[in-house]
Amino acid sequence: MTAYLKLDHIDKIFTRGAATTEVLKDINLTIEKGQYVSIIGHSGCGKSTLLNIIAGLTGASTGGVLLENREVNSPGPDRAVVFQNHSLLPWLTVYENVKLGVDKVFAKTKSRAARDAWVMHNLNLVQMAHARDKRPSEISGGMKQRVGIARALAMEPKVLLLDEPFGALDALTRAHLQDSVMALHQKLGNTILMITHDVDEAVLLSDRIVMMTNGPSARIGEVLEVPLARPRKRLELATNATYLKCRQRVLEFLYERHRFVEAA
Amino acid sequence: MNMPATKIELETATSAASAAPVVAMTPKRPPRSEAYVRMARELAVRVIPPLVVVALLTLVWELVCRRAGSALPPPSKVFKDTKELILDPFFDHGGIDKGLFWHLSASLQRVAFGYSLSAIAGIALGVLVGQSVWAMRGLDPLFQVLRTIPPLAWLPLSLAAFRDGQPSAIFVIFITSIWPIIINTAVGIRNIPQDYRNVAAVVQLNPLEFFAKIMIPAAAPYIFTGLRIGIGLSWLAIIAAEMLIGGVGIGFFIWDAWNSSHISEIILALFYVGIVGFVLDRLIAGLGKFVTRGTALN
Repeated sequence: MTAYLKLDHIDKIFTRGAATTEVLKDINLTIEKGQYVSIIGHSGCGKSTLLNIIAGLTGASTGGVLLENREVNSPGPDRAVVFQNHSLLPWLTVYENVKLGVDKVFAKTKSRAARDAWVMHNLNLVQMAHARDKRPSEISGGMKQRVGIARALAMEPKVLLLDEPFGALDALTRAHLQDSVMALHQKLGNTILMITHDVDEAVLLSDRIVMMTNGPSARIGEVLEVPLARPRKRLELATNATYLKCRQRVLEFLYERHRFVEAA
Repeated sequence: MNMPATKIELETATSAASAAPVVAMTPKRPPRSEAYVRMARELAVRVIPPLVVVALLTLVWELVCRRAGSALPPPSKVFKDTKELILDPFFDHGGIDKGLFWHLSASLQRVAFGYSLSAIAGIALGVLVGQSVWAMRGLDPLFQVLRTIPPLAWLPLSLAAFRDGQPSAIFVIFITSIWPIIINTAVGIRNIPQDYRNVAAVVQLNPLEFFAKIMIPAAAPYIFTGLRIGIGLSWLAIIAAEMLIGGVGIGFFIWDAWNSSHISEIILALFYVGIVGFVLDRLIAGLGKFVTRGTALN
């Protein structure tokens, strides 16, 4: 297997005064180009910390992240993040929010007109071109997240990091957006790493599901391959034996072997 | 599995269309005169109550001060005494014998100068204190002590330093209005959500771009709160400072009127000071509203 993104023996220890908490322990993972990988685990297990380490927003205590065999330890557009709460800048329009990244990444390689076209192309990909001049406060939660995805995609990242991207959305909007992300993945062939706590979402979208044990000192408990052919259809999968088996495996991991223990 | 669902959808769609033919409807719009009436009514609701209160207060004032031997003049006498000043605010007989327009404009010029300096320095220092923990630890206690010093207490010191009235007055305005600007800017910078910082990090904005594209817009509501308090304070300070430094200016005009026992002129000047202070406050508030539109968190 060719490693595109490689997490190499990552530990993360938080220190506050005299108290130290080991959040992540010995995380090893390799992701191939074009793969869709989900990381699932109970809340508080350090999923988001792991994503922040990959994004370079926090540093690992030991170990490191390799992207195309190069170590990456600071944030950059090659690992664009779609944040859980969209994080659009409220004083910019939809267009300007996407353009912020595009102007920076393609400052030297694209002309002004080409950058403008590229922004509109990406807004079109997520069907948000119609709202280009609206501000984030004027569009719905699902639309904001679409713009967030467009902003990340427009930076042409090598790996797209999704931090519980659908967590704050209602069920119907979430299903709609999942379908959109699947279609985009199919069309563009991005490498995607997604944090989630939704079992159905993980099985539906992923090629592989990384299941994490409970923290502190969370490890990778199990990695499950999802051998379902793409394109996947939500309704067909509802009765698909492989889908149900995968779903069963994840549920067993989360609710039998690593039941969520209330920390406080 | 998909097919039947689509089919049903199609069927309902067609039946709905046949059952309810589309009728072109002209949107109902109220006649224009109605809109004017509503606007006039809203205006009346805002304007009439304060006018009534002012009229009543003036009446009480007139009744109280009309007796012979009262210390203060009634409004009718104020108007009679100051009629020339009101009607001709632009005369200039040299020295400090000028119309009220020139006094107000001299005061406003000092405020504009001192306040601009304090806005620039205040925002810069506020950004420093908000951004750097060490700057905050070092400077914040100092600011907390200095900001409690009354404006006029600075005047003798600045007169000693500058040896001239004009720069001293400007310095007093500067030092009075800078504290709320620093403190509010620092709070605004400290309250920039981590999300915005993360976005900036992923996009790899350099410090200058971060300052212009994230920091200033995100902190703008706080900055304008500070600016608005600052303009109020500087207008308070200039009147007091001018009383002491003399020369052309509305503050010294009041002091001069007191020395010549022109009580009516004092009352007129106070009226103008109040109006100008109100307009300054509204100006900054309006500017803030214009600049920070869309900055409100969603």
